Amino acid sequence: MLEHVVNGLVLGGTYALVAMGLTIQYGIARIMNLSFGDTIIAACFATYVLFSVFAINPILALLIVGPTGYVFNLLIYRFIMKPLVARAPDEGALEVDSILVTFGLLFVIQGVLLVMFGGGYTSYSFLNSPVSMLGTVVAGNRLVALVLSLTFGAVLVGVLYRTRWGMILRAVATAPQSAPLFGIDTNRAARTAFAVGGALAATGGGVVSMFQTFTATAGVVFTMKALIVVILGGKGSVPGAIVAGLLLGLVETFVAAYIDPGLTLAAVYTVFLVLLLVRPNGLFGKA
Amino acid sequence: MTMKTSHAFLLAAAVLALLAAAPLLIPDYWTGVLLGMTGYVTLATAWAMFSGPTRYVSLATVAFFGVGAYTVAVLNETLPYPLVLLCAGGIGMVMALIVGFSTLRLAGVYFVIFTFGLAELVRQTVSWWEVNITYTMGRYVFLPFEGRHIYWQLLALAAATFLISWGIGRSRIGLALKALGDDETVAAHAGVDVTRIKLLLFVISSTIITLVGAIQAPRWTYIEPSIVFNPTVSFMTLIMALLGGAMRLWGPLVGAIPLFLLFEWLSVSFPDHFSIILGLLFILIVFVMPEGVLAKIETLRKGSPK
Amino acid sequence: MKNSFSETIHSVRHLTSCAVAAVALAAGSTGLMAQERESVTIGYVISKSGPNAGGADMTVTPNYELWVQEVNAAGGLTLPDGSQLPIEVIAYDDRSSAEEVVRGIERLATQDEVDFILPPWGTGFNLAAAPLLARFGYPHLAGAAVTDKATEFVERWDTSFWFMGGSADYVSAFTDVLVAERDAGRINNSIAMVSVADGFGIDLVKAARPTFEEAGFEIVYDQSFPPETSDFATIIGEASNSEADTFVAFSYPPHTFALTKQSTVVGFNPPVYYLGVGAAFPIFPGVAGTNVEGVMSLGGIDPNNALNAAYRAQHEELIGRAPDYWGSVLIYASLQMLEQSIERVGLDRAAVAEELSTGTFSTVLGEETRLENNQLRAINWVGQWQNGEFVAVSPEGGNGLAAVQLPKPDWE
Repeated sequence: MLEHVVNGLVLGGTYALVAMGLTIQYGIARIMNLSFGDTIIAACFATYVLFSVFAINPILALLIVGPTGYVFNLLIYRFIMKPLVARAPDEGALEVDSILVTFGLLFVIQGVLLVMFGGGYTSYSFLNSPVSMLGTVVAGNRLVALVLSLTFGAVLVGVLYRTRWGMILRAVATAPQSAPLFGIDTNRAARTAFAVGGALAATGGGVVSMFQTFTATAGVVFTMKALIVVILGGKGSVPGAIVAGLLLGLVETFVAAYIDPGLTLAAVYTVFLVLLLVRPNGLFGKA
Repeated sequence: MTMKTSHAFLLAAAVLALLAAAPLLIPDYWTGVLLGMTGYVTLATAWAMFSGPTRYVSLATVAFFGVGAYTVAVLNETLPYPLVLLCAGGIGMVMALIVGFSTLRLAGVYFVIFTFGLAELVRQTVSWWEVNITYTMGRYVFLPFEGRHIYWQLLALAAATFLISWGIGRSRIGLALKALGDDETVAAHAGVDVTRIKLLLFVISSTIITLVGAIQAPRWTYIEPSIVFNPTVSFMTLIMALLGGAMRLWGPLVGAIPLFLLFEWLSVSFPDHFSIILGLLFILIVFVMPEGVLAKIETLRKGSPK
Repeated sequence: MKNSFSETIHSVRHLTSCAVAAVALAAGSTGLMAQERESVTIGYVISKSGPNAGGADMTVTPNYELWVQEVNAAGGLTLPDGSQLPIEVIAYDDRSSAEEVVRGIERLATQDEVDFILPPWGTGFNLAAAPLLARFGYPHLAGAAVTDKATEFVERWDTSFWFMGGSADYVSAFTDVLVAERDAGRINNSIAMVSVADGFGIDLVKAARPTFEEAGFEIVYDQSFPPETSDFATIIGEASNSEADTFVAFSYPPHTFALTKQSTVVGFNPPVYYLGVGAAFPIFPGVAGTNVEGVMSLGGIDPNNALNAAYRAQHEELIGRAPDYWGSVLIYASLQMLEQSIERVGLDRAAVAEELSTGTFSTVLGEETRLENNQLRAINWVGQWQNGEFVAVSPEGGNGLAAVQLPKPDWE
């Protein structure tokens, strides 16, 4: 029983880590980023190259990959999203535009990765060492994912709720129309939020690459998983993403252990669909 | 029927006859292209039938499409083909009723995500069922159809879809729909039974989509969930309908044909860089033709409340 | 009535093609006079993107590329009269969609009018291609397709050839190893078995259940998991709790790698450890990041076979990486058979199919490779990692096979 809780939390840590970036991009910058998973995959490849070619420790590589993700997403926001935000008459319009444009971006990133790395499976091994946690042996690299997601989560919550800058971001998230009236530079806030989301995606990718096999076209799997977590947790809510991520991990593990490993994903979607019907705004969303 | 409509009907009949005769005159490959195109035109038109007026963006297309294909795979050896199609349509209809009842109160992006989740749930459930209950993964469809036979069936379905869509537009429901599209609350107050109409449209649209999957299934000989529940189908349908305009009768057709030909041309000419070019084109479409795409999607957006 | 209808169709088609030909003649009468062909066109549709790209990129595409490079470097395909023609390739991406496979084959056959068509990757896509290739009269060298129904298929499509055997073959060869181990008292009677819930995994597990049970084994853990599964902590935990001495996973590469990593972490090390696709990849030891000695899977090579060693060296040199230890060599052998058939009977497709069916060929598999009932049977069914190579094994060894070495040593 306890072993399943531990395994579930460790798995959920990965989901939470991966979903945090998306919840910020979608909740604060208001961009529904369908190419989110492909950013993660790009970071997987980058970490892999840094590790296998330049012999850089993947943990240290996060310090390179994360900021790169920040800059890359900053540029994407500046050159692709900003014009769309500027011309969108309302929020619904921006949503459709951002879905269409990031759908294109998804293909571009995927295509570039295909040309660079081919379609084959890539995987390597790092920190795949046993760590005992409450009597259950878990993989070191997966534990890193859990610890990082909790750390990032705590830092983000601290920043969002304790600093002036965080207050600005939250203001933009809740009332994008009226925020400028209070002298808030919404464009700058959204840009930063989008870039922070990108940095989180890249960091998540770097961690995930340590234990998961990836291919150039696997991004959509991450996008969907992250999207489920984001919607479950309530968009824009960092604590929501963490709780929802851990919850999904627990659901998968318990279904695999007590019901049937073949039904793990069916169970995830069932939980998701039921919750969506009962609480359309997510666990932590405002009604 | 006015002169204008009857002329339009004559013209449509002529085009239809021409299209039906085409496979006799052109090589098999072009029949295949026509087949794929007709499939997507039907999917996009059926999709727009529900999603256009209600402004509910559905990603459940492949859930119904796949169920149709799977029904054929399961039943093709036990029942005569027309009955198999009937069963497929019936299953699609029942599924649409159940889904419709439980979800149509969701709105905006939640409906989008729900329908995507639904497609995945159906796929996972079918997989699990096949693995654990029937012990068969991968089914064979050995029906004696060549590309042109499938194409003719799809063409007939496409024609029927247009007729239905046209009929709805002209009926009392069509008027109610216009009201519903403008403002759901007002429409409800004016005595329009919003839920029933939405449900009706969802069921018709989903049944047609199920039939498209059923008709196309014999083309692949071998059916397994990863083949028929390919999420690309949902995305393609959505993009095509949005590009052409989901509110107009001919909109989806206008979107589907050029996009389909574009995909075909790209994959033939740039097999190694297909993804990059496709992606760039998408971004370009959003930027360069904001009026073209936007004006048409505009109406679709208004309804999605936050 | 039906007949006259199809005759009408036929004559209409005939008329059109005559008309097309006439137009073409009028348009380019000078060019068309030169009847001599300058190349042999070979087309294929393969998954360059989408979920199937990983498999295709390992086992199929590199071998197509390698073979074409080699043939063209040697001056081209040799024809019966001794003349040589270079190969020209037309390759499309099916984007892992069955509809694209079908349309791609139609395009290659009726639009590009290529001389030969090489098959796509995967059982499902080979079956999607089979009726079309048969109808258009192309020999179908189904390489990357594991199916127990090959005997049925060769009757349905008489120009189809199956090179990878069926699930029952792989399972029964592995069961022989298990029976020998049990009779020697080295393993218990229990098997823990997991499988990926798609065509490959389920086909094998369906063959495995009765075979294991007939041999007197008890399957104490038997579960399938969705292909998207990435975490195997629970599955390995349950398999470990089952106390079975044999662990079998009919998995795909991402699962194979993840299962190995998880087993290493928790120290799950049963005497017999058998995995699915991916364990025979040359990158497997690096990916697992551990000692993979003793891990078993499908396939395997004979390290003493000089032909195979030369093939592997050539693959590494021209493609830049080693081929896998299972399917690659079979695909490559099928291409060599095609090449030799063309050399013997020319470019007539029916004659080539006939030659493939009845001829004897010198391939990387051996000097005398031939098909039995249009199926390749000289396949290594069980392999094991021994001293850094994935070699074909049998209980006792011999005949190009090494003796299996069990129990599996510790992960390090």
